[in-house]
Amino acid sequence: MSAYQPLKRPVMTLPFMVLGVIALIGTFYLAQRFIYGMGFVTNLNGGYAWGIWVVYDVVVGTALACGGYALAITVYVMNKGKYHPLMRPALLASLLGYGLGGVGAMIDMGRYWQFYNIFTPWHMNFNSVMLEVGLCVATYILVLCIEFAPTVLERFGAQRLVKALNKVLFLFIALGVLLPTMHQSSLGSMLIAMGYKVHPLWQSLHLQPLLAILTAVTMGFAVVVFEASFSAVGFRRHSETPLLSGLGKGIVGLIAAYLIFRFGEILINGKLGLIFAGDLASLMFLLETALFVFPLAVLSSAKYRGHGPLLLWASVSMLFAGSLYRFNAFLINYDPGPGYSYFPSTPEIMVTAGMVAIEIMVFLFVVKKFPVLHDAKHA
Amino acid sequence: MKRRDFLKASLGGGAALLGAGTAEARGNLEPADEAIGMLFDSTLCIGCKACVSKCKEVNGMPPTPLGDETAWDSAQDLSAQTLNVIKVYSEGQGNLKDAVTDGYAFEKRSCMHCVDPGCVSVCPVTAMRRHPKTGIVTHHPDACIGCRTCMVGCPYNVPQFDYDNPFGEIHKCQMCNQAGVERIDKGQMTGCAEVCPTGATLFGSRKALLEEAKRRMALKPGETYNYPRGDIRKPDSHHEKAVPEYRQHVWGEKEAGGTNVLHISSIPFDKLGMPPLEERSYASISETVQHTLYSYMALPAIALAGLTYMVRRNTDEEEGDDS
Repeated sequence: MSAYQPLKRPVMTLPFMVLGVIALIGTFYLAQRFIYGMGFVTNLNGGYAWGIWVVYDVVVGTALACGGYALAITVYVMNKGKYHPLMRPALLASLLGYGLGGVGAMIDMGRYWQFYNIFTPWHMNFNSVMLEVGLCVATYILVLCIEFAPTVLERFGAQRLVKALNKVLFLFIALGVLLPTMHQSSLGSMLIAMGYKVHPLWQSLHLQPLLAILTAVTMGFAVVVFEASFSAVGFRRHSETPLLSGLGKGIVGLIAAYLIFRFGEILINGKLGLIFAGDLASLMFLLETALFVFPLAVLSSAKYRGHGPLLLWASVSMLFAGSLYRFNAFLINYDPGPGYSYFPSTPEIMVTAGMVAIEIMVFLFVVKKFPVLHDAKHA
Repeated sequence: MKRRDFLKASLGGGAALLGAGTAEARGNLEPADEAIGMLFDSTLCIGCKACVSKCKEVNGMPPTPLGDETAWDSAQDLSAQTLNVIKVYSEGQGNLKDAVTDGYAFEKRSCMHCVDPGCVSVCPVTAMRRHPKTGIVTHHPDACIGCRTCMVGCPYNVPQFDYDNPFGEIHKCQMCNQAGVERIDKGQMTGCAEVCPTGATLFGSRKALLEEAKRRMALKPGETYNYPRGDIRKPDSHHEKAVPEYRQHVWGEKEAGGTNVLHISSIPFDKLGMPPLEERSYASISETVQHTLYSYMALPAIALAGLTYMVRRNTDEEEGDDS
C-alpha cells in the first residue's frame, strides 16, 4: 500500500467553480486571438513584441514551476530522503506550470501552425538561445510526464508497469535536474541579445544565465514551501513546518550568492548610481531587492524559519522577488526606444488568468483523485 | 558526506566553463565580401517621402492613413505595412535645416542590414538569413514560427509582425531583392534609392559608400560638392550643393559590428533616434556565452553523467536518509 493517497474530498467546491468562470472568460478571448489575430486581443506592438503571455506564462511561469527541479536536487542529488514526501505535489505543480509555459508559448506564437520547424534539424539555428529554450522546455515537459507517471499508473493499479518504470526512472530524474538547469539559465541568456533595451540595472550580459538559474532554483524551493504550507491550511492537513524550515535554510545560501553576484556586477560596472536615480527603474530595483532581502533575513534565523506563518511569508516574498526580477528585466525596465509603450490589455490579462485558473483546477482535481499527497505522518 | 561530491562536481563544471570561455569567444562578424548597402545623407533629405511611396509600390503595401487624411501616406513608424519611413527631428522654432537648436532634419528608418545581425543570431529556426555574398538580411516566412525573438533582438526595432492578421508574418526591408522582386539580382538598385530626387538615399557597395561618406566628411563646410543620385557606381545625374557641417561620424561603420546601410548627418545620431550602441555586437556576446556553455554539448553531457550516477546511487539506497 502506497504512503500516498488521493484526498477524498468533493471536486466541485465554490473556489473550483469560480476558477471555472475565469477559465471560461480566458477561453473566450483566446478564441478571439485565433480568429481575429493577436492584435485584436493584445497590446503588443512593434517595440514590445513580447507581453505578459511570454513574460508571465513562459519566463515567470516556468520559474514558479521549478519546485520539482529544486526538490529533485535535494532528494536525489543531495540525498536528503526525508523530503521525499513533498515530491509528488511538487512534480504535479511543475508539470502544470511547464504545461502552462508550453501552451503559453504556443498561443503567443505568431505562426503556431509551423511550430514543428523548431524540431527539424535543417531549420535549427544553434546560435539561438531561443532554440535551446524551446527544445529543452519541450523535452523537460516529456520528462515531467514520465516522472509523474507512477502516480497515475498507481491509481489505475498498474503495479507491474510502475515497477518496470522505477527501474529506469533514475535516468529521467537525472534529466529532470539537468534540463531545467539548462533552460532556466538560457531564459536569462535571452536578455543578452536585447542589449541596451534592457535597463543597465538588469543587463548583466555574461552574468545573465547565472543570475537566472540562481533565482530559478531559489524560487523552486520557495514554491515547495508555499504549496505545502498552503495545502496544509487549505486542506486542513498536518503542518509540515519542521520539514519546510529545512528547505528554507537551503534558500539562504542561494539568495546570498545571488545578491553577491548581482551587486558585484553593478559595482564593478559602475552602475551603483542608477540605484538611487529616483526614477522608475531605481524604485523597482529597490523594491525587488527588498523582496530578496526579507526572506534572507527571516530564513537566516533558526527561530524565525521554524515559525510557520513567517516561513510562509518569506517564501511568498521570494516568489515575488524572483518574479519581479524577471518582469523588470523583460518588461517593466525593457525600453525599445522612443514612441513605444506597453501595458497588457484586459483580454490579454484574462487569457493568462484563465490559463492559471485551469492550472489550479487541474491541480485540485488531480490531488483529489490521484495519490499525490503524502498520508499523515511522513515515514 | 555526499554534499561534498556535489560540490566537487559543480566546481569541476565551473572550471570547465571558465576554460572553454577563453577558447570559444567570438568577435563581431566581418562585412560580406561584396556587401551592398545604402548611404543616407540626412542633410540632403527634403522629407518628400518619395522613397516611402516607392517602397510600398515595390512591396505591394497599402498607404497608412492618419485620421481622415488619405491623400498621402502618413506612416509614423515602421509597421507590417511600412518597411521604410521618414521621420522628422524638430527642436525649438524648428525652422533651420540641419541645425541642432531651432532646427529640423529628416531621418530614414528602414532595415540597416547589420553586418552582425541580431535577428539572424537569435532566430531559432533560421528564418532570418544574411546573404553570404551581398550581406542582405532576408526573412523566410516558410521557416518562421512567429516567436518574434528577432523583434526583441533587433537594436533598431526593424522586423515587424502583422498582429492584425490571424495568419500574419514578419515584414522587413529585404533591399528589394526578395523572390518575385529581385531588383538587385537584375542589376537594378533599391526602389528608395532610385526615386530619391536629391541623392539622400544612395545605393552601392558598402565599401564605395563608406568611402563616399568619408569623402563628404573631409569637405569644408560651404564648399560646393557635386552630389551623385541613384547608384554610386553609375549615377543617373549629379547636383551641386553647398557642403553642410557634417558630424564626423558615419553611423554604421562600427556600431554593433557595423551595418550595410550607412547614415551621415549634421545632427547627433542620438537626437535622430538612433539607439545607444557600442562597437561589440550583442549577438557576438550572446553567442559567446551560449557556445561556451554548450560547446559540443560537453558540459551538459558531463553533468548528465554525474547526475545519473548520483541519482542512481541515491535511489538504490531505498530509504536514503539525511547523512
